[in-house]
Amino acid sequence: MIAGRRVHFGFPAAARRRCARIAAPLTLLALAACDTPTSMLAGAGRDAVLVERLFWIMLSAAALIWVLVNGIAFYAARTEANPERERVARLFVVWCGMIVPTVVLVALLVGGMLLLRDMRGPRPDFQVTIDGEQYWWRVGYDTPAGRVVTANEIRLPAGRTVGLALASTGVIHSFWAPALGGKMDLIPGRTNRMTLTPLEPGRWGGNCAEFCGTAHAQMRFEVEVMPAPDFDRWLAAEAASARVASDAGLAVFTSAGCGACHAVRGTGNAGTTGPDLTHLASRRTMAAGILPLDRDTLAAWIRDPAALKPGALMPAFPDLKDDAMQPLLDFLTGLK
Amino acid sequence: MTWTDRLAPPPQPDPAAREAEKQRLIATWKNREGIARLTEVNNTTVGLWYTAASIFFFAFAGVLALMIRAQLAVPDNDLMTAHFYNQLFTLHGTAMMFLFAVPIFEAVAILLLPGILGTRELPFPRLSSFSFWCFITGGVFVCGSLFFNAAPAAGWFMYTPMSSDPRLTGIGTDIWLLGLSFIEVASLAASVELITGVLKCRAPGMRLNMLPLYGWYVLVVALMIVFAFPPLIAGDLLLELERAFDWAFFDPTRGGDPLLWQHLFWIFGHPEVYIVFLPSIALVATMLPAFARRPIVGHSWIVLSAVGVAFLSFGLWVHHMFTVGLPEISLAFFSAASEAVAIPTGIQIFCFIATIWMGRVVRGLPMLFVSGALAIFVFGGLTGVMVAVVPFDAQVHDSHFVVAHLHYTLIGGALFPLFAGLCYWYPLVTERMLSDRAGRWSFWLMFIGFNVTFLPMHWTGILGMPRRVWTYSADAGWSTLNMVSSVGSFAIGAGFLVLLVEMLRPRRAPAKAPRDPWKAPGLEWVGALPSEDYGLRSIPLVTTRYPLWEQPDLPREVEDAEWFLADAPEGRREMIVTDVLDGQPIYVQRVPAPSWLTVGAAVALGASFIVATWHLWMLAGVSMAAFIALLIAWLWTGTARPPEAASKDVGRGLRLPVYASGDGSCGWWAMFITMSGDLTAYLGLVFAFFFFWTLHDPFPPAGAGLPQAGWLALSAVLLAAAWGAVWGALRVNRAGGRIAAQWLLVAAVPASMLGVAAMAQALMIAGLDPTRHAWDATCWVLVLWIGVHVGIGALMVFYCVAGISFGKLTPRWDADLGNVTLYWHFLALSSAITLALLGLFPVLGIAT
Repeated sequence: MIAGRRVHFGFPAAARRRCARIAAPLTLLALAACDTPTSMLAGAGRDAVLVERLFWIMLSAAALIWVLVNGIAFYAARTEANPERERVARLFVVWCGMIVPTVVLVALLVGGMLLLRDMRGPRPDFQVTIDGEQYWWRVGYDTPAGRVVTANEIRLPAGRTVGLALASTGVIHSFWAPALGGKMDLIPGRTNRMTLTPLEPGRWGGNCAEFCGTAHAQMRFEVEVMPAPDFDRWLAAEAASARVASDAGLAVFTSAGCGACHAVRGTGNAGTTGPDLTHLASRRTMAAGILPLDRDTLAAWIRDPAALKPGALMPAFPDLKDDAMQPLLDFLTGLK
Repeated sequence: MTWTDRLAPPPQPDPAAREAEKQRLIATWKNREGIARLTEVNNTTVGLWYTAASIFFFAFAGVLALMIRAQLAVPDNDLMTAHFYNQLFTLHGTAMMFLFAVPIFEAVAILLLPGILGTRELPFPRLSSFSFWCFITGGVFVCGSLFFNAAPAAGWFMYTPMSSDPRLTGIGTDIWLLGLSFIEVASLAASVELITGVLKCRAPGMRLNMLPLYGWYVLVVALMIVFAFPPLIAGDLLLELERAFDWAFFDPTRGGDPLLWQHLFWIFGHPEVYIVFLPSIALVATMLPAFARRPIVGHSWIVLSAVGVAFLSFGLWVHHMFTVGLPEISLAFFSAASEAVAIPTGIQIFCFIATIWMGRVVRGLPMLFVSGALAIFVFGGLTGVMVAVVPFDAQVHDSHFVVAHLHYTLIGGALFPLFAGLCYWYPLVTERMLSDRAGRWSFWLMFIGFNVTFLPMHWTGILGMPRRVWTYSADAGWSTLNMVSSVGSFAIGAGFLVLLVEMLRPRRAPAKAPRDPWKAPGLEWVGALPSEDYGLRSIPLVTTRYPLWEQPDLPREVEDAEWFLADAPEGRREMIVTDVLDGQPIYVQRVPAPSWLTVGAAVALGASFIVATWHLWMLAGVSMAAFIALLIAWLWTGTARPPEAASKDVGRGLRLPVYASGDGSCGWWAMFITMSGDLTAYLGLVFAFFFFWTLHDPFPPAGAGLPQAGWLALSAVLLAAAWGAVWGALRVNRAGGRIAAQWLLVAAVPASMLGVAAMAQALMIAGLDPTRHAWDATCWVLVLWIGVHVGIGALMVFYCVAGISFGKLTPRWDADLGNVTLYWHFLALSSAITLALLGLFPVLGIAT
């Protein structure tokens, strides 16, 4: 039994239908918004589904309370003076200001903590390490054969619970994929742990949620949730060494010093400052989820990273001639 | 028979004598003219400047907000650079919090409090002026940095290690740290003034149970400032020590921890929210009876609820840190506290609604703003309860949902009531009424604009848009919502502009406002129009909670000079100081007249903070010396001068002393409050010590240097001797031994300095190096703190020695020495804690 089955009250498809039904009248602006890759209401993970239910309950209660309080105030302002009914006024304050809120809040507190315990309940089936860098994500899969390192694209199997170990060496970041579940900070000197149970296959978005410097806005990532067998195949491929499509390109890569920061396993380039590029071309995006990965963008990025992503720490290579750039691009786009 | 029964009947009317009295009052209290007007200390003048300056910074921060909204209006916008945007949102938050929300509370309180309490002044007028000039200097410095592209850019929360590493953030962080520490000094100065004002400077007869709700709220909020700001100042100190001198507090590779900053920041930061919110509730509570035409329902409940909110607000800071990876038990505790605070908040609101219900509501512009505030704030409070639930917060924390939530609470809870207050008290200050039509336009523009901006923003957050992002991509699905928010924000700006123009526009034939346009019960409306600089013609005896309703003759009595201090025969500005509980007059306080010394002191202190930003330590030292010199001159010429006679007749046969020392005097209370705040800052450092203890096992870490016990023991003996000498000097002087008292005081200085030296030696011998490990750095910062305080204590002692020599301080007039002794009591306490931590903590080997 996968962990997700314990969520008995509505699987993502149903969640989305409900979401559309309730949200549309509430705000026309939000029409069709629930399916966006970063929506908390996308229902792609167990935690997100649990919180979504909590959200709708709390929102309905809040709307009711808001209408009541403002309605009473509106009515109160339109009644004649009642100087002799001081006692009623005091009872009103006691009930509306003390007794009812206490009951509601205690229920909410208990419900919230029970939900938290439920969310922290599932035991992880496997571990992924995520390190916050400036301004990208280092992702490591712990497999029996060792750690498989990649960057910015996190692939996860649907229905299995993943344990995330979150750390950072520079500044504080926060890992947040709203469609899957809540966030957790990455704090230098600590390793924080959280679990996620993806349910719905698809490509989901994420952002760094703690302000971390100039390029904080562009520290994004993608989570691709895939059927478990596909995931296992992908992980096995990812563990393999790089496929070198252009020896000339590899020579440029090495001689330009790219390997000082970037690792391409199997080629002798083993830098760890920047993202691991061993299977770069199997990713859809680059520069932490902000740009499509294609030849032109790669070339522009190599010439001047800060032009595309202000604050990026990678040095610019504006002097790379075309006869070096083309083989380099051949090499990079061949890293499937 | 109480003191009120012994009062003589009012004097027989004598128009000539009355007029002479009045002229003397006018001459004594007259505002300075020309450039010297800048030195004015009168609470009405300073309060008005303070209010205007706060609103100016509000407008500035508002423009920053509009620029933020312009950048976010469309996806992938290239209107501004990321770095500039980061400066904008950092400065927007910083300025709104530190340059508007807190100062406007102090500004309005300085302006209104004496009137509401039925007196002429606050107890330390020069302190108000000092606070104002500090505020202006610091505010202009911090905001001005934006024009040099050097503004702070690490968020108004300045999280470490981004802020603690000078390679990651530049001069902007230093500007933030030093500029704001300086402004915090201004806030603390004003708070000391306001607390003492509420406790000691009320109209005679105003017992504590007659204290208007406004006074209660000011008391509560000012006390919150005194206990909430110091932890931030302690944090600022640690952060600047790490930035400038590489001391290890936040660097995890050297035993530090970034979360220490978050704790210190939010121990300040959450009470801060209520520091911003409660003063506006105070305004509502003060206005409401006038519009409901009846006393407020549940006066005592409201007071208790305000105290309850203040108390709880210190216990829920961790809800800003729900996602840092805390154990479940901490989450449960702080979640409960965060939800619980809704209860006392709700009680206050329901008391207001009950008042409206019991009374018959009269409409008016202020009530329009109050009803708008209710609609907005209740929504913000409800989303606040939502984010207090941990699993939900894990989703929306640091998203635009929280941006929307906090603006609902702050704009609904603080800004709209403030605008209501501006409309309500505008006639009191300017003697004109605001145009109802302009006010309505302004309200509806702001109300609609606000909801258009921030209601969709909840949804933007639900769709996953994080905070503090300068750009987003079109396919994120946030474009329409952001465009709507941006359009709405400009409507808010337009609404504010309408109000501002209406307030400031010159009018050829001013429509005179009536004396008490709202038929309000508060004492601030008792004076005749046009008002004079002295405020009240005579200081009335107050015997009821709603004086203008229940003592209908009061305006005439006050104006006919039938009550106290109707004359200023000595040409000195005077006020009556009363007992804390029963409002019985204790003595007459002579408050100092305007002086350039206070303005100079503020500018010199500001200069020392500002040049320290560029690490120009020499210049900073010179400015600091100039500040100290000016401060001493200010105190010497303005405070605790021996009087020409022991007592005087203040009217109605009431004779009061004109000098007080010890715990009857305002100075003693001010020292006590200041030192409570100071001790809180020190406890912030002690918090760091215990925080590291919970982090490291063992603490001190294995192999760390332990302070040498022998030197610590010597230090304890020397500091105890110094403390005893100062205390002894107080007693000996009182007994008439002036020379012996001087010797004791002089002896205290070397004893205490050697005591600190011995403390430092204990660390030095053990090889503690503050740049090596958090243990070493924490030990050193405790010693540094004691060292600085001993230095200040020595200055005070010399001040008293000089006072005895020059006859300013005598066996009978010894207030200065009493206050200095109180300072040394606090110093002794913090020294004892420091020595115990350094010496006993490692020995006891307390394991986590």
